Amino acid sequence: MDGIFRGRGVNTVKQWIQGLLPVALLAILLVLFFNYGPLGIFNTAFPPVEELTIERVVLSEPNRITLHVMNGGPNSVSIAQIMVDDAFWQHWTEPQTQTIPRLGHMKVHIPYPWVEGETHEVTLLTSTGLTFSREIPVATQSPRVDFLYLWTFALLGIYAGVIPVFLGLLWYPFLRELNASWISFFLSLTVGLLVFLAVDTLDEALNSAEVVPGVLQGVSLVAIGIISSFLILLYLSHLKRGHSDKEEGRFWKRYRTARMIALGIGFHNLGEGLAIGSSYAVGEIALGTSLVIGFTLHNITEGLGIVAPIAKDRPSIIQLIGLGAIAGGPTILGTWIGGFSYSPVWAALFLAIGVGAILQVIYELTLLVVKRQEVAFYSSYNLLGFLLGLGVMYGTGLLVVV
Amino acid sequence: MAKKFNRRWMLGGTVGAVSLARGTGIVGSPIPSADQSVLGAHEAGVMSTMGDVDLTRFDPSTFLQSFDYGQVSQLSSGQTLREWEIIAVDQEIEIAPGVYFPAWTYNGQVPGPTLRCTEGDRLRIRFANGGSHAHTIHFHGFHPADMDGVFEVIMPGGEFVYEFDAEPFGLHLYHCHSVPLKRHIHKGLYGAFIVDPKKPRAVAREMVMVMNGFDTNFDGDNEVYAVNTVAFHYHRHPIKVQLQERVRIYLVNLLEFDLINSLHIHGNFFDVFRTGTGLVRDEFTDTIMMCQGERHILEISFRHPGKFMFHAHQSEFAELGWMGFFEVVESTL
Repeated sequence: MDGIFRGRGVNTVKQWIQGLLPVALLAILLVLFFNYGPLGIFNTAFPPVEELTIERVVLSEPNRITLHVMNGGPNSVSIAQIMVDDAFWQHWTEPQTQTIPRLGHMKVHIPYPWVEGETHEVTLLTSTGLTFSREIPVATQSPRVDFLYLWTFALLGIYAGVIPVFLGLLWYPFLRELNASWISFFLSLTVGLLVFLAVDTLDEALNSAEVVPGVLQGVSLVAIGIISSFLILLYLSHLKRGHSDKEEGRFWKRYRTARMIALGIGFHNLGEGLAIGSSYAVGEIALGTSLVIGFTLHNITEGLGIVAPIAKDRPSIIQLIGLGAIAGGPTILGTWIGGFSYSPVWAALFLAIGVGAILQVIYELTLLVVKRQEVAFYSSYNLLGFLLGLGVMYGTGLLVVV
Repeated sequence: MAKKFNRRWMLGGTVGAVSLARGTGIVGSPIPSADQSVLGAHEAGVMSTMGDVDLTRFDPSTFLQSFDYGQVSQLSSGQTLREWEIIAVDQEIEIAPGVYFPAWTYNGQVPGPTLRCTEGDRLRIRFANGGSHAHTIHFHGFHPADMDGVFEVIMPGGEFVYEFDAEPFGLHLYHCHSVPLKRHIHKGLYGAFIVDPKKPRAVAREMVMVMNGFDTNFDGDNEVYAVNTVAFHYHRHPIKVQLQERVRIYLVNLLEFDLINSLHIHGNFFDVFRTGTGLVRDEFTDTIMMCQGERHILEISFRHPGKFMFHAHQSEFAELGWMGFFEVVESTL
């Protein structure tokens, strides 16, 4: 095994000591600090900083409100009493204790006669008298994991994600007949709509990050998610696959780009599914016909984007179906997760990964447009295509503001 | 129905809800029968706090019937002299089970001791400020301007002696008058001050009720409401009175932030002696509304045995702790 030092085998003990010395000194410093350090000056009469987050509210049955609480503060917190709509209410907890340790979770069950369709507010009163509240904007029975709900949400995902993507793929024969300038136009249009999706997904990721308990550093988590997924996907898409630079090899390269687009859009649609599922679960949206149609229109251009890079090629039907499944399928998964166990932390992370994936695709597609010798990069086709891509997504987005 | 509900709920695997076993949960629905030992919750669940406070530190049931007549002696003029020592201290108090409030107190308790004297007595109150902020004691009643507890602000470590004659007879109050006034009062510096008429009122079972509230998160809004500080105390520990017995309630409103407070007693009516300054009743009612600083003497005798609820008729206050029971028992004599 190769050593990690330059002078292989020589002086390695000394080098290890040099490497570990700061860590050892830090450990000693910490011990001294905790035992003899100036912590005393921080001990004041102030109540300790407490930070509880009600991550999730479940109305599982007519007389039951269940809260999922997380302690994101520096100290353990004791929940002394519970108020619902400005009234103290008896309750029980899982686990059976009042105190939540740092980073700990607790479920609070309150037998409370909530009113269908009306607004309620639950408040945790801690031992120091601090209050942490969460509104239930429109009370409605939370979805239970049963066949009916799974099917309903799956159907929702199919309408909002799968069908439009496949409809978009049907543009494939049309695209194939286009000349080089117009293909470039549609590639630019795809970049435009992906830029819109990246911004939109980032917005959703940051919204989720806002309600993430402070200790989990939602915004940093989003940044890390974006950068890591971008870099990892970039690395994966540039792995040598053993294809020659012949025509077949170039097809595979373009097909891989299409697949990456499908994957990026898939992540975006996962986020969309999360939004639909969780909004539905907390009663924030009534999923009317117009909303579902809105999603369908909004997502149809995504299918177009996927096939644009391979417009001149002859992929098999199976390959096309595969692309559609990668892009549309996650919507179903998203609605399930969002509907049954929405957690802002995971939502923020998923959405951030989606942003990274979309950015990576934008990068690849832009390269593809640049490399096309038939059309100049700064052509009016490319500009108009790009702007139209943004415009179409914005316009159809008006139909689906949740 | 209530019994069935509680049992079912217990069987439902909710060991955490131990205090339910006492079955003192109530909701706004009327109580079906007076002799019921388990008071009514319907299917909806149980409105109240969980557990109990540490009663060894402050027991509102004891406070209810405690009157501090002071150290009594005679002046050479023959006038009765009553002396008290009151010290302001910062003290954490438990205002609902498990909920602690960083209070400012007179003698370590909220409300402060109920001071009681007779019209015409000379009162001498030695006040020491052991707290972290400047405080005073402002008494309601007749007294000279320099005994008003407004301009003579007592700094931490300082002392002052208030001395004046007790008049007029009635139910009064005392509280800190340092600024910011709102904070000094709502943090707990107040108490009841009773001046009895020279000819005593008829013998009765007497109790003092100071209606108050606590803004635990300091947002200018009360989280906890109570009578005598502890939310739902008399709900957990009903006040036992005898059938037909004359009960006299010294009721003082010191609730901060909310404009008005009120008291309603179920199933009965009471005589109201407004501010306690008269001996003829002013009103016969079952609900009385009071502004901050208002106080009245109520007299009532219960006609039926059983549990009778009393609470603020502002439902919000009631459900946030200002609620309790009288338990009327037949005389054993």
